[in-house]
Amino acid sequence: MIAAFRIPGAGRLKQAETARFSFDGQSYAGVEGDTLASALLANGVHLVGRSFKYHRPRGFLSAGAEEPNALVEIKRDFARKTPNVRATVQELYDGLTAQSQNRWPSLAFDVGAVNDIASPLFSAGFYYKTFMWPKSAWKNLYEPKIRAAAGLGVAPDQPDPDHYSARFAHCDVLVLGGGAAGIAAALAAAETGVRVILADEQADFGGSLRFESGAKIDGQDGFAWAQGAVATLKAMDNVRVLSRTTAFGYYAQNFVGLVERVSDHLQNPGREQPRERLWQVRAKRVVLATGAIERHMVFADNDRPGIMLASAARTYLNHYGVAVGRNVGVYTANDSAYAAAIDLKKAGVGVAAIVDLRDNPTGPIIDEARALGIEINFGRAVIRAGGKLRVSSMTVQPKNGGGERTIPVDAIMMSAGWTPSVHLFSQSRGKVAFNDETKRFVPGTYAQDCVSVGACNGTDGLSATIDEAYAAGAKAAKDAGANTVKGTKPKVDASESWSRGMLGAAPGAGPDTTVKAFVDFQNDVTAKDIRQAVHEGMRSIEHVKRFTTNGMATDQGKTSNMHGLAIAAETLDKPIPQVGLTTFRAPYTPVTFGAIIGHARGPLFDPTRKTAIHPWAERQGAVFEDVGQWKRAWYFPKAGEDMHAAVDRECVTVRKTAGLFDASTLGKIEVVGPDAAKFMELLYTNPWEKLEPGRCRYGIMLREDGFIYDDGVVGRLAPDRFHVTTTTGGAPRVMNHMEDYLQTEFPHLNVWLTSITEQWAVIAVQGPKSREIIAPLVEGIDMSDGALPHMSVREGRICGVPTRLFRMSFTGERGFEVNVPADYGQAVWEALWAEGQKHGACAYGTEAMHVLRAEKGYIIVGQDTDGTVTPGDAGLDWAVGKKKTDFVGIRGMARPDLVAKGRKQLVGLKTKDPKVVLEEGAQIVGDPKQAIPMTMIGHVTSSYWSQNCGRSIALALVAGGRDRMGETLSVPMPNGTIEVEVTGMVFFDEKGERLNG
Amino acid sequence: MLLIRCPYCEEERPELEFRNAGEAHIARSADMAATSDDDFEKFFFIRSNPKGIIYERWRHMHGCARFFNAVRDTVSDRFLMTYKAGEPKPAKLPGAAK
Ligand SMILES: [Zn+2]
Repeated sequence: MIAAFRIPGAGRLKQAETARFSFDGQSYAGVEGDTLASALLANGVHLVGRSFKYHRPRGFLSAGAEEPNALVEIKRDFARKTPNVRATVQELYDGLTAQSQNRWPSLAFDVGAVNDIASPLFSAGFYYKTFMWPKSAWKNLYEPKIRAAAGLGVAPDQPDPDHYSARFAHCDVLVLGGGAAGIAAALAAAETGVRVILADEQADFGGSLRFESGAKIDGQDGFAWAQGAVATLKAMDNVRVLSRTTAFGYYAQNFVGLVERVSDHLQNPGREQPRERLWQVRAKRVVLATGAIERHMVFADNDRPGIMLASAARTYLNHYGVAVGRNVGVYTANDSAYAAAIDLKKAGVGVAAIVDLRDNPTGPIIDEARALGIEINFGRAVIRAGGKLRVSSMTVQPKNGGGERTIPVDAIMMSAGWTPSVHLFSQSRGKVAFNDETKRFVPGTYAQDCVSVGACNGTDGLSATIDEAYAAGAKAAKDAGANTVKGTKPKVDASESWSRGMLGAAPGAGPDTTVKAFVDFQNDVTAKDIRQAVHEGMRSIEHVKRFTTNGMATDQGKTSNMHGLAIAAETLDKPIPQVGLTTFRAPYTPVTFGAIIGHARGPLFDPTRKTAIHPWAERQGAVFEDVGQWKRAWYFPKAGEDMHAAVDRECVTVRKTAGLFDASTLGKIEVVGPDAAKFMELLYTNPWEKLEPGRCRYGIMLREDGFIYDDGVVGRLAPDRFHVTTTTGGAPRVMNHMEDYLQTEFPHLNVWLTSITEQWAVIAVQGPKSREIIAPLVEGIDMSDGALPHMSVREGRICGVPTRLFRMSFTGERGFEVNVPADYGQAVWEALWAEGQKHGACAYGTEAMHVLRAEKGYIIVGQDTDGTVTPGDAGLDWAVGKKKTDFVGIRGMARPDLVAKGRKQLVGLKTKDPKVVLEEGAQIVGDPKQAIPMTMIGHVTSSYWSQNCGRSIALALVAGGRDRMGETLSVPMPNGTIEVEVTGMVFFDEKGERLNG
Repeated sequence: MLLIRCPYCEEERPELEFRNAGEAHIARSADMAATSDDDFEKFFFIRSNPKGIIYERWRHMHGCARFFNAVRDTVSDRFLMTYKAGEPKPAKLPGAAK
């Protein structure tokens, strides 16, 4: 059955091919090729939404991307709910389910509409004025209430199950906009053989040829010509044609972001199909053919459902075969609405009257309307629209006052003129210029290699547009390197042309302040609001915009900006260019987060790094923690153990027998070359020249400001070769820091730096039995204390594979770090594990590692330091070469503040109650009875339960800490104050005898 | 996304491959330890942050990994030129009038 407002034979859709859909639970029939908007209109449905602030009933204003009113929720399933979809853009598919938004309990009866009656409360700037005081009420009362009452759609509450893809592309000429201008430009460029991309936001190319019934090109109907031309382009190897693709952002150096909607229009998108695809295109030349957007007339109650742009009504008729009413009124200030009236009349739709604000316009199009018997009223204004859920009448009055006359209508087509779409041009940082004669902002000064053609350039008429666009396309290709120009310019046989129209409020828009003449439909901004903003002192258009929120909704003022500007200018009594135009920002239309994120979600959001020994730890039931991108074994619980029990056992076992620890994540850098020692001297505070090959040293790296940047044990393998270790998280920045100095400050040094973090797996074997565990597997290294003392390194073999064997300790026990090529990491670990089992050794994780090092007062850079700690603050003065004349940080360290008394210094803390474990980050005060706010003198940096010490231990940064030994300080916590004693940093084996134990 | 010409690779590559490394031509003193407080302040803390032409360092992180210098207009984001580390500040800028 054909829908009530579908006109047989009209439009371009195959009316036989139907698609069922539902809106607010009601089932309707549409036609393949419909948008949700055209399908609803075919069924006579105009009421589709409630407005943002006043909850006024709203219908369709447009037939395109500029739509401010008809926002709906499209629901495919529980997770696939998309709010704020413009019904004028959403293509229909069989089974589409849509719902209206911002209404309760129903669209026709909405409780929130009380806001319309209470509207004096909601005038311009009301958020700023009404919800000022008290401050706490904003968070607890105002904001939640406003959010519940206002707002548009509801965000989905489930993870997005769709996937999104992304592509980079390069081309010589990128043409944005696929109307007559864009197609002509693309043809001209493509014919030269250069690489061309042509993109348009619609499903079909043609732009305004969709509704311009009077256009004839190369002997064909304009739209048919467009389809043919695009088919020609698609067949060319050097051309990529993208439909349903919106250029949303124009960035530096001709870099343009586009979103292609791949499957939103399909009934059953394939699982392998992305929902959207982000294109990031770098073009040598860009041709902007973005067209123009029609403006509405600003008069009282111009938002009633059924009142729409003339070009929209014409599109619904000429493309979709849908009449927007049976008795349609026209209100205009320019010629283009006449063409709409003529098309409707010819299609058998009643046209009640044309009301033209102009006094005595003349021209063939007016003559044609008159000849069709349409009533025309010049010099008159529609001062009011009747009806609520649907327009029912228009009240007409001579524009300078006089008798009123009310004409019954069921739709009004309006046109105040056309606004060139300079959004992308403006985003490219081009400067617009105001043409005083045509009252338009058009591209003025260009900032990038682009050119505007056609309506977006203020060019009127199809002939002029195609001339300009074809020449621009050919020139862009030539500028991009083309040398042959062939092909023929399309010939325009018939065209329509439009005159200028008006900006700002029409007579029906007040000055009466009770009148609601909408400028911005989506944000419910009226002409009165803009006048009021000026009266309240706003002078800049940027202030007027923010005060009224004009143009700040999701449609970004595509239909409202120029009206708002003109009303502000008129109220200010200033010319428009002096009031200025607000800035156009990306995105042109809303872009989904999915399109921007692409594949970078879940496991692909950030790389996960795993060590060679990871699978073994997994098999042992290790609990892992994230350390930067690394997964590290945190602890190895045995059956029945919680974290505390496991960590306590691991800590005790290491000191009693031994433990194995996966230290592979340590950053490792090899510093090689004749000047390697000189380089080390400059990058670390320590002296290196005299370090013998085969020995190690704990090194401290500073930034130029004198603060600790990184630390680690460095082994000298040969006179010209150092094996440097860094913190786990610090490796990349330390490498960058070293490269920076090597390349730019010390380029005279003959040194090579190589990241070897991933090349070596590192197995720490620590504890009194460590040597006995390793020795049976090692070849070619004398492991006696004499031959391999603490802080030394040897190269040899273990389990038959090469090793760099370090004798070093991060536990205070006799200890080794076995470096083996990562591929052998797990095998060597398993061999060591088997040996360890004979001695009762355990595997321990990062938590036990932390406790063990804290028991010895070994610091962790980034935990016990925070970028404001000097070697002196950390008690590491001994590691600074006193005789050195230069190293990075030598001058920074000597700054007055860094050598002043009272700096925060690292100390140990023991709680008076040994069972109480402090919280890391807790603040420390002197006298706990002092007035609030108390003077904080430091904070806890590390704190653990130490089973080996039988008590809690902590490290802290405390002002003048080393002069406070034995002092009692306080740590105020929510449940009471904890008393602590300041101690040295070593809690276990103070004399360090166990290193050789 | 900017296009940046690496003077070592002699290619224009997308910004994704590069990392900015702060202002250029701030020389570290050969006798660092003897630098006065005022000179150290200028060297370490003070940066020009101009509206217009800036001389800055970039690193071709995901390419040749070299540090180099660039001249960029902070208003238009246009790169006027790039040159190798260690080369002097250019006396003349190409296309500076643009
Ligand atoms: Zn490079």
